[in-house]
Amino acid sequence: MNTGDTAWVLTSAVLVLGMTIPGLAFFYGGLVRRKNVLSILMQCFIIACVISLQWVLFGYSLAFGPDTGLGIIGSLKWAGLNFVGGQPNADYAATIPHQAFMIFQAMFAVITPALIIGAFAERMKFSAFLIFTVLWATFVYDPLAHWIWGTGGWLRNLGALDFAGGIVVHVSSGISALTLAILMGKRCSYAQQPFRPHNLPFTVLGAALLWFGWFGFNAGSALGANELAANAFVATHAATAAAGLTWALIEWRRHGAPTVLGAATGAVAGLVAITPACGFVNPMNAIFIGILAAMFCYIAVVLIKVKLGYDDSLDAFGVHGVGGIWGTLATGLFAEKAVNAAGADGLLFGNPHQFIVQFLLIIVAPIFAAGMTWIIFKAVDALVGMRVEKKDEIVGLDLTQQSESAYTIIE
Amino acid sequence: MKYIVAIIQPHKLEEVKQSLEAVEVNLMTVSNVLGQGRQKGFTEIYRGAKEVGGLLRKVRLDIAVNEAFVEPTIAAINKGARSGKGEVGDGKIFVLDLVDCVRISSGERGGIAIG
Repeated sequence: MNTGDTAWVLTSAVLVLGMTIPGLAFFYGGLVRRKNVLSILMQCFIIACVISLQWVLFGYSLAFGPDTGLGIIGSLKWAGLNFVGGQPNADYAATIPHQAFMIFQAMFAVITPALIIGAFAERMKFSAFLIFTVLWATFVYDPLAHWIWGTGGWLRNLGALDFAGGIVVHVSSGISALTLAILMGKRCSYAQQPFRPHNLPFTVLGAALLWFGWFGFNAGSALGANELAANAFVATHAATAAAGLTWALIEWRRHGAPTVLGAATGAVAGLVAITPACGFVNPMNAIFIGILAAMFCYIAVVLIKVKLGYDDSLDAFGVHGVGGIWGTLATGLFAEKAVNAAGADGLLFGNPHQFIVQFLLIIVAPIFAAGMTWIIFKAVDALVGMRVEKKDEIVGLDLTQQSESAYTIIE
Repeated sequence: MKYIVAIIQPHKLEEVKQSLEAVEVNLMTVSNVLGQGRQKGFTEIYRGAKEVGGLLRKVRLDIAVNEAFVEPTIAAINKGARSGKGEVGDGKIFVLDLVDCVRISSGERGGIAIG
């Protein structure tokens, strides 16, 4: 047991919680219209409550518990944190209490379904959102986490590299977001009238808090206060800086002005893309990953979404799905054992096999996430209906789902 | 010259602007207002305390027009702001006589200063 490692992982857990509330809550909250901001804050806040409970009750056991034999799901042996105590679990982290690892992972389980909110923002019924979220965490997140990170997971056994959750967190949520955006349909009057972000300072504040918390997400995933954590930290920062700048420059050239929403969006795209790679690549290659992340996500958000016409309200797919896919592939290109001996070399360091494994990830995970999301959508839609009524959507979710309003006009 | 004040549903603003543009009425002042009409308010709850708000968010348009534009303007606002089911809450249009109008940049007065 190492007290330095334990302190760092517990601190990182707090940082990752901060990514969801308040980070993502304000990032998304600023982007919606004023009549829906509380619904976003509520969804993020309640996910922190509900999924934390799901995780300690049975989610952690499904994801990280002893494998049931086929590498597909963990058993319920660790349900209710049975056998998860103060002693380290050497399979995951030999130098920190097992509970520290568990609670660090809990924060990842919390933020992943919260990312999907961006796709169905401003039109989903709160009851449906609750049921969907619990089912999605149980049947999409927990199995995927087991496949890639759990002892005995079949993709882990194939040598898949995902340092901090490019596939498990970002591709899974991004693809599910796209699936939901298509299944739910567009918001009323989408593309007929402008949907302006109601509070860009909130969005920039949220993006800054995401950047801040992401050091816990990525450098914390080293599970120790060591060289690897420092490399992940530096790679994360370099990629993010490059991506934020790149997006702003693209806008400046194409639209005549660099926008703060563009810089913030670019930074988040860079954070996403470096997530699977940060513990395997050197900081110079991280810059390159960040630049390309901004380019790919810009194309997805500004060009492809408009062309295909789906309403991914806050670009959960365009940023997290596309950025996560690029980051996963980039890991297969730029990974090097010189950075992380426990990892592998990538294509550019003479190991094409790793690129093939990473390519398999971006095929398997999206098919699984999209298929399961489709099934869960159909079930919840039949049960309670996913969308609010049109008149409620027009009035706004704050008043109709939460019975509150965020702002007053007089007093 | 008439001064037209319209109180409409906030989400209808874009449609009203488009139908006004179609009759070449492009100048207007828009403001956020609260209003109380026949439409019922929403119940809000703050730590268990229920408040039935009578005041609802509306958008107010102020448009000054010359006589030839009065009826087209009224028709355009009606077209854009009506939800169609005859429900209450779509708002009202008030038409007032306008005594004079001054364009500040040039000092022009009356009908020529309006457009």
